[in-house]
Amino acid sequence: MKRLAVVDVNLCVGCQGCLFACARRFGDAGLSRSAIHVKSAGGIERGFIVTVCRACLDPPCAKVCPTGALKPRAGGGVILIPQKCIGCGNCKSACTINAIFWDEDINKPAICTHCGYCVDFCPYGVLKLEEREGGGGIAT
Amino acid sequence: MINEDPLRNVLYIDLSKRSFWIENRRDLFEQYIGGTGVAIKLLQKECRPNANPLGPDNPIVFAVGPLTGVFPLASKTVALFKSPLTGNLGESHAGGRSATAIRMAGYGAIVIKGTSETPVYLVINGDKVLFKDASALWGLKSSFTVGRIIREQEDGAGLRTIMRIGGAGEKMVSYACVITETYRHFGRLGLGAVFGSKKLKAVSVSGRRSIKVETPKTYRELYKEVFDRTVESPSMKKYHDLGTAVNISPLNELKALPTENLKRSHFEEAGRISGEAIAEKYLGRRVACSHCPVSCIHLATYREPYASEPYFYKTTMVGYDYELIYSFGTMLKISSPEGLLKTLDEVEKYGLDVMSTGVALAWATEAQERHLIPNDANNGAKIQLKWGDYNTYIKAIEYLTDQPNDFYKALARGVSYASSKYGGSEFALSFGGNEMPGYHTGPAAHIGHLIGSRHSHLDGAGYSVDQQNLKDPSKSTPENIAKALIDEEKWRQILSSLTICFFARGIYDTDTVLKTLSVLGYKLTKDDLTRIGGEILREKYQFKTREGFNPRNITIPKRILETPSPHGIISEDTIRKGIESATNILEKL
Repeated sequence: MKRLAVVDVNLCVGCQGCLFACARRFGDAGLSRSAIHVKSAGGIERGFIVTVCRACLDPPCAKVCPTGALKPRAGGGVILIPQKCIGCGNCKSACTINAIFWDEDINKPAICTHCGYCVDFCPYGVLKLEEREGGGGIAT
Repeated sequence: MINEDPLRNVLYIDLSKRSFWIENRRDLFEQYIGGTGVAIKLLQKECRPNANPLGPDNPIVFAVGPLTGVFPLASKTVALFKSPLTGNLGESHAGGRSATAIRMAGYGAIVIKGTSETPVYLVINGDKVLFKDASALWGLKSSFTVGRIIREQEDGAGLRTIMRIGGAGEKMVSYACVITETYRHFGRLGLGAVFGSKKLKAVSVSGRRSIKVETPKTYRELYKEVFDRTVESPSMKKYHDLGTAVNISPLNELKALPTENLKRSHFEEAGRISGEAIAEKYLGRRVACSHCPVSCIHLATYREPYASEPYFYKTTMVGYDYELIYSFGTMLKISSPEGLLKTLDEVEKYGLDVMSTGVALAWATEAQERHLIPNDANNGAKIQLKWGDYNTYIKAIEYLTDQPNDFYKALARGVSYASSKYGGSEFALSFGGNEMPGYHTGPAAHIGHLIGSRHSHLDGAGYSVDQQNLKDPSKSTPENIAKALIDEEKWRQILSSLTICFFARGIYDTDTVLKTLSVLGYKLTKDDLTRIGGEILREKYQFKTREGFNPRNITIPKRILETPSPHGIISEDTIRKGIESATNILEKL
């Protein structure tokens, strides 16, 4: 299974093309559904912090979901089952690296599916879709 | 436009009453698209005729366009207001995250009215508007510090814009700017002073909305096409590689680069501060505005030792562009790259428009050379300005902000006012009250500066007309120039209503504009765009006329007629005829 990875954050110019690309996966423009984030590291002159889901093999977000709406994905990370989600936000709080975002439009988390659509819209090579070393799997 | 598009929402904020409300102005966004087109209608309505630019009756209008947050490069926010510098239409555009933040917060425009009794900063997060006490921030001269504090205090990192003023805005220097994301500016025509007059230290806007499109598949394909053309385009590569500073060398070779208050149009030492030279030794980082892949923002790294302590250094990132190198480098003959960067950092700190400041100091230096400025402490210059002496210019920048005496009070109102008081109007490079941009390319540039709605190079791109005409000088007639300028300005009303960065004008041709707009439910034709562009321009000149602008009476700075341009000496007759021709076209819009 592949996962999204940050190759070199120093190449990031902060254009946020990846944020908008992520939201476009669902057909809409804007940001509500975006599952990736770019912010400055305390002022643009210091560069940027790019936050993407690391595709944890033992994802903390899934462990705190009270309804089983986050299903661990083969190769790491989780898949959201929207009809089970009650919008409690536990997953967002549990993510150690703040890589779960909130879709206010539907009051559910915005979760990276490691599809790599954002990579095509990063002209600076900050992001790539990589094969997980060791093949990955689901830890239980 | 699509029914539920939040673009229709205009957020009104009344600082006097500390109240806010939202109006649905779908009508305006359908008729005038967004950006400049919508903002001029809002300004006409909200700005009382003959309002004091620094009083409660002068509103600030921010507007974005339908493509903002939807397609790349629609990354500008248009600000309209009455300018304290010219006493007429004020228009300034800035990028950073300002445009996407306003659109993602769910607005097409924001109108800020009234005046606060006490210092305030606004936090707009989606549909919430907070009036926050800025007493502790008032008096902070450094725009950097204001940004740092609000960054720590407020949410929305990565999604927000923080528009703020430094000391110059508080002290209402007529050409104070508003800074956003540290390195982008509502630079020209004094929006910072209008903020200051309202006791408004900063405005933070953030949001995370989604925007519906008509057909997602078409949208995605079209987005990819525009994106691919952008990253592959040679014209965008120019902005991407060396940035606008790439123009220093060619314009200098052409003898079109105003130098030493335009006594000359060529600077022997320009090679030391060219785009190439600064990039080679000092370029530290390139960054982009939100939703633009180009990254034209060039930041130089400048290291300065502390005099008091060995092995202590301050390392600063300083933004630079063509106009900055012109206004401080060549106009003031600062050829030391480090001296130039140090000076630009000071301008940024206090929050002054770099072009007006450089031109004001160039005028002041020449006025001192000619002994027009008295030497006494109350009225005088306090310090002897000298071409290239950047340490003295740094002191002068502080005086411009603090205005310790009559001379600096006058200079803080621009060269037009200062020269009316002290003499020297023949070398005061003021066009309709606005200080000259960096192009002495020929008659078209100056006719453009004189008749343009902003009195800036951004209006009709006269510098480009001049360079085209060099290939066939017989085309450089006043009538042809006037037509070319107005045609370009009409089209630019469309671009600035879509809030597309002018650097992307080669990407967004008519066809691309129509296709991208159609994704958002705008069914327009090429003729519609031509008509709407003309209408928006007409509305802007109606405002200008209402506020007293008459192009036929405009003062032509004598200096531009004395210094040879690539088209030779420019005759007053050509300029007058060009103004007359342009005025005739404008009157028939």
